[in-house]
Amino acid sequence: MHNLLMLLQESVAVAKNTNALLGAGIGLGLAIIGAGIGIGRIGGQAVEAIARQPEASADIRGAMILTAALIEGATLAALVFALLFKILN
Amino acid sequence: MMQAPDIGKVILEHTADSRVIELPFGLGEWHLPHGWMIGGTDFAPTKHVVFMLLAAVLVLLTVWYGGRQVAKRHATGKGPRGFGAAVEAMVLFVRDDVAIANIGHGGEKFAPLILTLFFFILYCNLLGLLPWGAAPTGNLAVTGALALLSFFVIEISGFRTLGPKGYLKTIVMVPPGMTGAGAVIMAFIMTPVELIGKVVKPFALALRLFANMTAGHFVILALVGLIFVFANWFIAGGTVLFVLFMMCLELLVAFLQAYIFALLTSVFIGLMQHEH
Repeated sequence: MHNLLMLLQESVAVAKNTNALLGAGIGLGLAIIGAGIGIGRIGGQAVEAIARQPEASADIRGAMILTAALIEGATLAALVFALLFKILN
Repeated sequence: MMQAPDIGKVILEHTADSRVIELPFGLGEWHLPHGWMIGGTDFAPTKHVVFMLLAAVLVLLTVWYGGRQVAKRHATGKGPRGFGAAVEAMVLFVRDDVAIANIGHGGEKFAPLILTLFFFILYCNLLGLLPWGAAPTGNLAVTGALALLSFFVIEISGFRTLGPKGYLKTIVMVPPGMTGAGAVIMAFIMTPVELIGKVVKPFALALRLFANMTAGHFVILALVGLIFVFANWFIAGGTVLFVLFMMCLELLVAFLQAYIFALLTSVFIGLMQHEH
């Protein structure tokens, strides 16, 4: 009986650790999906805008890179927290 | 048969701060002092502190040497060439298109700060790409300190321009055109939002720079670690090509993140200066 309790406690501890890593992995994947959609839309609409008005291409390129970097910032915040899960384990 | 090394440990060793600097070309190790206690905190230099000092010295040399070249060529009435031209191009870009364009008509006063931020962060990022180098901006404390500096500049310059009453209006913000009960309710809702916004924006600056640098180094070190884990010639060849591509991307990210930090700082300063 005592052995069974010990085994259960150990498995709960292991389960908690696995759950944390699983959560971090799934969260990271979702964050990457969000970033992919966002930056894909930025790229697509920037290219469309350049096609409509080639003289403005320098301005549009600058705005595109700036906005993509801002979205990357949010994604990398998710990465940092996922790493936190892994390291705190 | 060699054992597969612990890649996680190697990655953490390379990106985290330490008290030992590995000298290049196998010259050995430089053990940094420790125990310079001031009031209970250890102020002894660590690896990232040494690299920050190196970046500061490099910024000084670059701008000083470039400036002298530009001044000498201007004295003879000609444009600068070579290194001076590159430095002048970058300085003019940051001063005109980043600082003055985003801050507005008070921009020249903030241009030295924005230029310093840009060049210092750029050199810190680039030092991380050299062999045996470390990026101080891959340390959340360093980027946090830079973001704290930006926070103080934004808030204090806003306070000095707008005066106490105007500054308070940026916190207890009422959308223009609302009066009476609607204004009070909106003030209640918007005040915590504005306060949190004031803190979150520099925090996002710090986190963005830190995460970009650290993520890049993690990817490169993990890919190189693959060579050791698989111990196979074909995989090594493919990995080296991929790592070369990632290093080029890292170069772009180094410049881009320095530019983004300087740009967002000037945008926030400009927003505070033009509240009224």
